[in-house]
Amino acid sequence: MIEIGLGHYLTLAAIIFIIGVIGIFLNRKNVIIILMSIELILLAVNINLVSFSIYLQDLVGQIFTMFILTVAAAEAAVGLAIIVIYYKNKGSIHVEQISSLKG
Amino acid sequence: MEYAIIFLPLIGAFLSGFFGKSIDDKYCAILTSTLVAISGILSLFVFYEVLTHDYSSNKLIYNWISSGDFKANWSIKIDPLTSVMLVVVSVISSIIHFYSIGYMDHDQHKPRFMAYLSLFTFAMLTLVTADNFLQLFFGWEGVGLCSYLLIGFWYKKPAANAAAIKAFIVNRVGDFGFAIGIFLIFFFFGTVNYNEVFQQVPLLAQKSIIFLGIEFNLITLICLLLFVGSMGKSAQILLHTWLPDAMEGPTPVSALIHAATMVTAGVFLVVRCSPIFEYSQVALNVVALVGMITAFFAATVALVQNDIKKIIAYSTCSQLGYMFFAAGIGAYHVAIFHLFTHAFFKALLFLGSGCVIHSFNEEQDIRSMGGVWKKIPYTYTLMVIGTLALTGFPFLSGYYSKEAIIEFSYFKGSTIGYYAVAVGIITALITALYSWRLIFKTFHGRYNNKKNNLSSIQESSLTMLIPSSLLAVGAIITGAILKEIFIGENTNFWNNSILFLQSIHHDHLPLWLLIITPIIIIIAIPTAYYLFIKNEKILRNFVLKNQVLYNFLVNKWYFDELYNFIFVEPIKKIGLFFWKKGDINTIDRYGPEGLSKLVKVLSDKAVNFQNGYLYHYAFVMLVGFSVLLTYLILVK
Repeated sequence: MIEIGLGHYLTLAAIIFIIGVIGIFLNRKNVIIILMSIELILLAVNINLVSFSIYLQDLVGQIFTMFILTVAAAEAAVGLAIIVIYYKNKGSIHVEQISSLKG
Repeated sequence: MEYAIIFLPLIGAFLSGFFGKSIDDKYCAILTSTLVAISGILSLFVFYEVLTHDYSSNKLIYNWISSGDFKANWSIKIDPLTSVMLVVVSVISSIIHFYSIGYMDHDQHKPRFMAYLSLFTFAMLTLVTADNFLQLFFGWEGVGLCSYLLIGFWYKKPAANAAAIKAFIVNRVGDFGFAIGIFLIFFFFGTVNYNEVFQQVPLLAQKSIIFLGIEFNLITLICLLLFVGSMGKSAQILLHTWLPDAMEGPTPVSALIHAATMVTAGVFLVVRCSPIFEYSQVALNVVALVGMITAFFAATVALVQNDIKKIIAYSTCSQLGYMFFAAGIGAYHVAIFHLFTHAFFKALLFLGSGCVIHSFNEEQDIRSMGGVWKKIPYTYTLMVIGTLALTGFPFLSGYYSKEAIIEFSYFKGSTIGYYAVAVGIITALITALYSWRLIFKTFHGRYNNKKNNLSSIQESSLTMLIPSSLLAVGAIITGAILKEIFIGENTNFWNNSILFLQSIHHDHLPLWLLIITPIIIIIAIPTAYYLFIKNEKILRNFVLKNQVLYNFLVNKWYFDELYNFIFVEPIKKIGLFFWKKGDINTIDRYGPEGLSKLVKVLSDKAVNFQNGYLYHYAFVMLVGFSVLLTYLILVK
């Protein structure tokens, strides 16, 4: 049986991170998916923190993870609220159509 | 008093030029005319003082330039020569100011016109009252500028602009020589003041210098360079091409600037510098030769011209030639005498032609005139008086001065003197022919104008006829009155203002010489009538048989074509080359335009980054962040 070590955790975190990043870029549909991708990236970071915390026998990492989860929840709420307002204003949350920043 | 003479015209120019809009047009014209007229009356007074009391003065206006050894004042020098010029300039100028009130009546820009005229008068007065070469040069350029402005007065006419530019550029050639002459004077004499220069001339008479690799006598070189300036200003052959074109300007301008005053500045310069010219026989011979050639050349060209003003312009050119060869044979006072009488009758002729042009409703071609002498008798009389005076009809002013030139050439006794006699007589004949041709074609024969009805031809207004009549009086009497004073045998009028090293003896004049010119010019009148009115066939046949000669004359000896070929075209080509290839294709292309194009292309590319899609921004941020991170990790 293979022992699951730090490397595996980090690999998993990296994979999740990459999925998150790619989710941001390749997504052409809607903004909520971007929000979800950002959430994925945060989770990947959390996994890193927890695994290092265990590896280094230091609880601070896990406590920090708790904080991040809280903040991420708040952030998701704010993000969703923005999206709702945006939808009300523009009638669409299609990413392709959100380009008012174009110079 | 002298200050008033100089500055009244300037004040007039200033008021009319800067406040012409707020003063009414009419008052503007009257104001400037009055100021110049006062200046004219004062000049007459100065002349009278000089005549009776040998008055002379040198009033300082201020120290213009004082730099090391170089000192030049702005001052008013009054001596006999200056007083004569003062009279010519300010009296004729004031008459022409009044004439302009009538002539420019319908023009929109009357204040501007009057301002230029007055400014010209001021510049010309500064020129003649100078006591050093630098102030002379200032006046010289000032009149050149005013001439340019006035030729191009009708700035909407392309021909007028071209003529103005031509006048300015041709004068630049002359002024270049003049300026070098002044530099040489300062370099070798250490001063530009007339008195100091003239005193030193005898000491430096034998000195020679090397100029352009050729050894010259210093005095000769200076004289020749000064004379180049004179040639430009006085439209002598080689630099004469601007004068006929200058007739594009309004007629009063032609009368004042291009007949009576400015163009005689060259003669004035030579006479003023007589203490220098007297020490160089070579230079004097050149002056005489150029004068003779010009007199003959311009007269022949005038013979076949058809524009009434151009004929008179060539006639001016030719008469200036007379003045120069008079000066060249050493009879400076005769040159000035002719200058004086010429100013009157030539201004009269121009004003008369102005009246004719007005009567014919801006028609200038004498072929489209004729048969109107009964309709406009005053204008006709004025023109005939002018013509009689010009041709030297006995007892009118031109007779005395022209006759004197021929006489003095004879008395001179040298080869060049005899040539001058011959040229003088032949030119007098041609002068008579073309002048009477002008009169007959304009006033006699059939009425040829298709644009205007004969009944619409009418006399010009009194504001034009009265000033012209004043000039007519001048043209009749000045010669007889001033002969003894100016060129009489025992006259002391000129004092020190003109230097004669060897005075010309008044010998007994052979009878044939005395009567030949009057006879010739009197015979010329019926001849001209016969040729140009009665029997035009003879002339037409002659022209047909001698087409080459005729074309040669009509095209003014091909001077313009020659200059175009030698100077204008190559310079145009060079200019075009530098403009198209050098400036546009090299400097602009790779310089400012190239850079701006590059910036535009790059910024267009950069704009593509700003596509507004959030995920692109995020991607770029992320990539940037990873690159930065990688860098930091690797470097650490």
